[in-house]
This record gives sequence, structure tokens and C-alpha cells, in this order.
Amino acid sequence: MTGANTAINLSVFGIFVLLTLYIVYRASTRNVSASDYYAAGSSFTGTQNGIALSGDFLSAASFLGISGAIAVNGYDGFMYSIGWVVAWLIGLMLISERLRNTGRFTMGDVMAFRMRQRPVRAAAANATLVISLFYMIAQMAGAGGLMALLLDVHSKIGQSIIIAVVGIVMVLYVLVGGMKGTTWVQIIKAVLLILSVSLLTIFLIGKFGFDFSSMLDRASQQSPLGEAVLAPGVKYGASDLSKIDFISLALALVLGTASLPHVLMRFYTVPNAREARKSVVWATWMMAIFYSCTLVIGFGAMALVGTDKITGAPGGENSAAPLLAFQVGGTVLLGIVCAVAFATILAVVAGLTLTASASFAHDVYANVIKHGEADPRDEVRVARITAVCVGVLAIVGGIAANGQNVAFLVALAFALAASANLPTLLYSLFWKRFNTRGTLWSIYGGLVSCVLLIVFSPAISGSKSSVFPDADFAFFPLSNPGIVSIPLSFLAGFLGTVLGEEKADAAKQAEMEVRGLTGLGSGLR
Amino acid sequence: MTKALPSVSRPATPGFATFDEPVHSLLIDGDGEPDYGAIQTSEDFLDLKRRVKRFILPATLLFLAWYVTFVLLSAYAADFMSTPLFGTVNVGLTMGFLQIVTTIIITMAYARYSKRKLDPQVDKVRALAETDEELA
Repeated sequence: MTGANTAINLSVFGIFVLLTLYIVYRASTRNVSASDYYAAGSSFTGTQNGIALSGDFLSAASFLGISGAIAVNGYDGFMYSIGWVVAWLIGLMLISERLRNTGRFTMGDVMAFRMRQRPVRAAAANATLVISLFYMIAQMAGAGGLMALLLDVHSKIGQSIIIAVVGIVMVLYVLVGGMKGTTWVQIIKAVLLILSVSLLTIFLIGKFGFDFSSMLDRASQQSPLGEAVLAPGVKYGASDLSKIDFISLALALVLGTASLPHVLMRFYTVPNAREARKSVVWATWMMAIFYSCTLVIGFGAMALVGTDKITGAPGGENSAAPLLAFQVGGTVLLGIVCAVAFATILAVVAGLTLTASASFAHDVYANVIKHGEADPRDEVRVARITAVCVGVLAIVGGIAANGQNVAFLVALAFALAASANLPTLLYSLFWKRFNTRGTLWSIYGGLVSCVLLIVFSPAISGSKSSVFPDADFAFFPLSNPGIVSIPLSFLAGFLGTVLGEEKADAAKQAEMEVRGLTGLGSGLR
Repeated sequence: MTKALPSVSRPATPGFATFDEPVHSLLIDGDGEPDYGAIQTSEDFLDLKRRVKRFILPATLLFLAWYVTFVLLSAYAADFMSTPLFGTVNVGLTMGFLQIVTTIIITMAYARYSKRKLDPQVDKVRALAETDEELA
């Protein structure tokens, strides 16, 4: 990683930022309405939104993290890929169309549809803000770690400056472009990412005579684990406890994806349920291609770069894909891969910022504080101010978390989404009797139990890779709480409903069910 | 979300009623809003619900069971999963790849089913209550 290399990385990245800012500026409209800011006026097609969905979802954790996890842990790393592809079936069949038909801008719209507005919206906004912030801080911290590797910036101050730059650019995207501009950034980034990943994959597999088996053979020779790296158990097979941790992670991945707030919000950028469905179909194809490629890239990195070299590099596991790019394509390919990785982080945090600001402005400000009678202009103004605040928080959090184990933050966001959002969404869409108390219990039950279990898990204290390695208050043995907190949230929602005195609002339930399936009354065509 | 007031179901009273107004059995209330309670119990809507359930219930159970099986086998039957199938490609990797393939198959099957069996039925239900203002 030389100086010339840094110049290439920086210029490719700089071009991307300037180009996208220009496009965001062109796409923006003056005097935006709330619908423009939050949902791009619902003007995107299913295809466009499907590509943007994959752009929103494929974070640095997916690209660098997964190929690295496969390059080091082999089979056990591949598990992430599968969970994240299969998960889209939940989005497709259970959530996307009904969400589009019943909501306007946020997840809170759907959860509060037939419940008492204020407490439920406040709860939904809390869940959205917590999940988005955790996810965002993980991405920002990842950006700092990447810099160490890619731009040869090793000082903490240098990395902090870069984290701040990432934060400022992302806030600019959101402020200038709103949802429309952000969506275009996602589309550009997704196309770049998928293209470069596919080309790299074809090139790699070609190097092995299009024989995946011989690539695996070579990979297992290069791994200190030998053949075992192709089989399950390298990372999670040590004990019964680690196996349960593995199952817990697998659950969080498959149930969390379709309930991440920034993924949910994307469904509002299309005009109707049919386009929402089409978006998921497109996104699923993109995911299937992308994650199949990560399998080849991961094992390819293991075969060509070698596990030892990867784990020894600054950035550790995350450096697998860039190192591989350098190995096969020299500085130019490295520059491209790095630029794509930056673009990925930038786009994902912009999507998260928008979601968090929308949730605060629409659910908390307009509906909880102003009782649903806020001036739409004020609402957008509040959303913009919130976006700046969220950006500042993310920069500060990212700098504080820089250099720490970020994988757990991402897994935490998935577990949180699967615990707080999924049970609530499913109940309110499919269970007639579900009422306000049930909604609150399932949101807060999932959110609080999940946060508490994480705090008392080995991810935070008690082991070498913890955030606080010197303290030990880890009485919960699993690093992923999903297997406990997800069922707990379902149970809490059930008990809250059964024990609550108030009956579900039958008229509203009828409206929600009819509207969810048909779009009647939503004004959507 | 359309309005804060709960829609009270009243017989439709068209604004420009004339004596030769056709007796139109639109399921709408006095404000021209769809009468959701009536639609919910209408035969067309119940049929739509049945059609939706007929696909998503088995498909969801199927893919979740298949995924959980894969995860459990990976956790507790590592020996079986590491049996080589094609060269060095073992059962586990093949099964993992098949998860991606089945995801695509179910996705495309749902898209096709929706287009053929759900969308026409949705249009039928919408016709029960759709007024001209709705189209605007």
C-alpha cells in the first residue's frame, strides 16, 4: 500500500463523491413537500427501487465483512450470506406490499395504524432511532478502520477526520437530495458494487479454470485449518454454547433483515404495492448474485492471499477483498475496490440518516408533539435539523467506536430489528385482536431485552475481543441475543394483548386488513 | 392515515342524486370512503384472503423449515455436512448454495402467482368500492 496507491484511491473516491453530489443536486426539487423528502414523492419504479434497496442493504459489513469472514472462517462465514438472501422472502411475501398499502413515510405509520397513535408512534420512533444509530455507528467506525488499510492513514486524528468527512458528505446527500437524491446514490452505488464484485468473481474463477472445486482445494491448502475450513464448525463448533450462539445469529439474520427501518422505508418510494413487490424481486436477484460472488471472493482470497496474511494485515478480516484485489489487479483494481467500499459506507449511512430523521420528524414531532397537526413545512424542517443532529451523533459515535470490534454492532442492529420490529409488524398485519398494549409490550419487550442481553454479553465485557476487555459483567453467555429476545418479544406482544382491557378497534382493523391487501383507501393506484 | 375521524358507515348519499340514479351497490360510506367492514366480509375479499393464504402460508413454512434444517445440520451434523459431493465441494456448501436457489425459485413463483391469482382478485375487490374521485 504505497503513496501512489493512496492517490488513486482518493481520486476514484473523490470522483464518486463529486459525481453523486452533482446528481443529488440535479435530482433535488425546490420547496420539497414531506412526501418528496421522505418518500421521493413515491415516484420510483419497482426496478429502480429494487436496485436502491440492495444498495441500502449491502453495507461495508456485507462486502468487506462477509468476504473476510469466508476467507478466514470458511464455511461459518458463508452462513451470513445465506441468512441475508433467504431473509428477503419475509420481506417479499409478508411485509412489503402490506406496508406500502397501509403506511406513508415510516414504520410507525403501520404499527400505529389501528392503535392509539401517540404511545405507539413514540415506541416505533424509539426502536427506529436506536437501531439506526447502532447500525450507523458500526458503519462509521468501519470507515475509520478501512482508512487505516486503504489510505494508509494510521493516526487516530487522521482517521477521525475521515470519519467526519464521511459524516458531512452523507448529511449533505440527505439535506440536498432528500429521499430522491439518496435513492439515486443507492442506485449508483449498488450498480458499481455488483458490477465490480461480479467481474472480480468471473476473473477469479477463471484463474482456476472455472473449477470451483479446485479453488476450494487450493484454499484449504492455504488455510492453517486445512480441509476443516470447508466444513461447518470452525468458528461456532467448539461447544454446545457456541452452537446455540450460531443458531441465534442465524435467526437474527433471517428475521432482522426485512424489519430494518431503512429497508422498510424504501417501500414507500414506489407508487403502489405491485411496484413494491417488484422491488423485492429485483433486490432478491441482486442479493443472490452478490452473495454467491462473496463465496467465490472469500475462498479466492483464502486461496490466493492466504489466511495468515489476511489476519495479519491492518484491518484484519476486513482486508480480505482489498488484498485480493491488489493481488490480482494491482493498484488500479485496489483503488476501484476501495472506492466502491467507501461509496458503500457513504450510501448506507445516508439511508440510515434519512430514516432516523424521518422517524423523529414524522412520528415524534408531527404526531406525538403536535398531535398530528403539524405544518408539513415545519415537519420537513424538523426532519432536516434532525438529520444534522443524527449526523453529528454518528460522527461522534463513530470516532468513539473507531478501532473496536464493529461486527457485534451490526449483528446487534439485526437482533434489535428482529426483536423489536418484526413481531410487532407481523402481529399488527395478521392478528385481529392485537391491541395497543400488545404493540407497546412487543416493541419495548424486544428492544429492552435485546439491549440488556447485549450489555451483559461477552461482546461487551469479559473476553479479549470485548469492548471493555478489563471488566467482566457478562452473565449472559451468548454474543447474539436473538434466540432469547425474539421469542420474548412475540410472547410479550401476545400477553400484552390478552391481558389488556381495551379491545382492538374492529373498524380500524377492517380498514387495515382491506387496505393492506388491496390498497383501497390509500390513494395508491 | 387518510383522516383522523373514524369513518362512520352510512348509506351512500351521492352529491348529485337524481331520481334516475342507478342503484349501484358500491360498498362506500356517506363520505365516499370505502366501507371497510362490508368489504372485509364480502365474498370477493374473503376469496382474495384465501388465495393469499394458500400461497404464503405453505411457502413461508417451507422456506423457514428448510433454512432451520440447514442451520441445525450445520451446527449438529458437521460430519454429514462435510461429506464431499463434487470434488472438494461438500454437502454443506451445496446445501447452502441451494438455499439461494430455492429463494430465487420461491420469489419468482410468488411473483407469478401474484400476477395470475392475486392481482386480478385485488382489482375485483377494488371495483367494489372504487369511485371516480379515487382514480384522480
